[in-house]
Amino acid sequence: MRIVVPIKQVPETSNVKMDPVTGTMIRAGVGTVVNPLDLFAIETAVRLKEAHGGHVTTVTMGPRGAEKALREAIAMGCDDGVLISDRAFAGSDSWSTSYTLAQAIRTLGDFDLIVAGERATDGDTGQVGPGIAAWLDLPVATYVAAITRVDPGRGLTVERLVEEGYQVLELPLPALLTVVKEVAAPRLPTLRGKKRAKAAEIPLLTAAELDLEPAYLGLKGSPTKVVKVATPKVTRGGSMVRAPDEDAVADAVDALLAFLEERDLLPREVRA
Amino acid sequence: MSFVWTLAEQHEGRLKAVSYELLGRARALADKLDTKLASLLIGDGVDARQLETLVHHGADEVYAIQDPRLAHFTCETYSNVLVHLIRTYRPSVILAAATSTGRTLMPHVAVRCHAGLTADCTELDIEPGSGHLLQTRPAIGGNILATIKTPDHRPQMATVRPKSSRPLPADPERAGRVIEVPLDEALVDARARHLGYRGDAVDFVNLEEADVVVAGGRGMKKAEHFALLERLAQALGGAVGATRDAVDRGWIGYPHQVGLSGKTISPRLYVGAGISGAIQHLAGIKTSETIVSINSDPDASLHQVADFAIVGDLFPVLQELQRRLDERRRSAGASAPRQEGRA
Repeated sequence: MRIVVPIKQVPETSNVKMDPVTGTMIRAGVGTVVNPLDLFAIETAVRLKEAHGGHVTTVTMGPRGAEKALREAIAMGCDDGVLISDRAFAGSDSWSTSYTLAQAIRTLGDFDLIVAGERATDGDTGQVGPGIAAWLDLPVATYVAAITRVDPGRGLTVERLVEEGYQVLELPLPALLTVVKEVAAPRLPTLRGKKRAKAAEIPLLTAAELDLEPAYLGLKGSPTKVVKVATPKVTRGGSMVRAPDEDAVADAVDALLAFLEERDLLPREVRA
Repeated sequence: MSFVWTLAEQHEGRLKAVSYELLGRARALADKLDTKLASLLIGDGVDARQLETLVHHGADEVYAIQDPRLAHFTCETYSNVLVHLIRTYRPSVILAAATSTGRTLMPHVAVRCHAGLTADCTELDIEPGSGHLLQTRPAIGGNILATIKTPDHRPQMATVRPKSSRPLPADPERAGRVIEVPLDEALVDARARHLGYRGDAVDFVNLEEADVVVAGGRGMKKAEHFALLERLAQALGGAVGATRDAVDRGWIGYPHQVGLSGKTISPRLYVGAGISGAIQHLAGIKTSETIVSINSDPDASLHQVADFAIVGDLFPVLQELQRRLDERRRSAGASAPRQEGRA
């Protein structure tokens, strides 16, 4: 199977600090990682390759430094990586990003499957996966928690984690999946993988190498515009009670029940 | 045709509560724009009486596209139906639920219609003068709130999380039209096929649509202790959630996981027991209406964002809370016929 895995480089969320004055993210000194949810997509693709043969290509759109994310994916078992980078792409919203990625994936040649993470932890929209499917007219299954049947070159059966349970969906190939954590536990890169990643040639695709409509690119080509950024209040100014012993526990529970009552959060049969 | 639309959702012929929540938000927008509000239902088996309730909750028009082939969500056919309606009637605003359906369908349709789409909006408003939709959403794990608009493209599309707003009270006197629209055969895309639901998921936890979520973290110490949370959730009319840590330790299944690599929830009440409040977890709960934290560590991050925090050993607190709730339920049951649900 020929599989394409679009990934994103994101700031390490555990270290995000906000500038209290400007309300923007302090990027300086913040490390970058492969979007943690993309690791499940990488693992899924590598396992499919191991079970059914084939080739996994990972692609990312971002600044030149995003090459590092591609090398991490190669260290985990992807065969090669392609960097899509150009100043013209800066500021793309999910519409523009999915367009640019879709056009880049087209130039890579035939494929059977695209596997993406469900969303990125920074933008947090989950819109790029289904967007790419729309551009490429591929059948799509989102929130995939398991792949239960693979008929290489023909089709797949997957289970989608939806509100009511697991929806079982059958898709012909080529198709696009977005996956959630349950699909596969990502492996750690091996030493051999790391060596291969370090030596890998990462081709660069700029706007000039792709067949793109200039009006669809970057900040200008994005239908949505950010007009204001604010920092929400971090604390809610709530009350805190201490319950170090039995009496204090009873008092704390009293206070909690009164609080829930006041906010009308208790079902009728347990109201005082 | 109306200029503000909402997408109602159904499961097995029953409208989901989020359908009414969307109408509450959209009614305010339609009033500001002085335009009509329509609710669209793509599905199957929703009867006329239920469709009328969409009018009672704020819709001026209800368009129901129902067919057995639309009973379960498949992106391609739903997208064809919605794109066709958009091209025919040219709405200005479309609101959908940030559910597994809405979050798949809306980006697909937005691409095809060259529309702007904003995910998981917490506030929606109309910009005075221009009439553009102002969409505010948390970003970067809830650390910032971004306000977004789509000045040059229509429709302006947005998703909002279930439970993030309340529906308007039902007004059975409200007048509106319900229009049944037959499914055009040409819009059916048979590539992806719904085969059913996995059999073992009958009593599945619908965390996103729960009013109350009682969640446990590492402080729960072992799997058996999650039974305490099950009982508490039951007493409070809610569902059980968990941190990534608790799920990774195998104490409870992944569908219960809340946070960056799990579900994002906005319940009316979130109770966190033994949860330190890692930024990844907080990102999934920040829009909860009320947050309660129970943790022996006074410096736990969850305490900092909580509306009510108890610093103490969670086990005696949970036991006492449960005892009091059970006691109340018994005395309520003794003095009056038991009543289901909330007022």
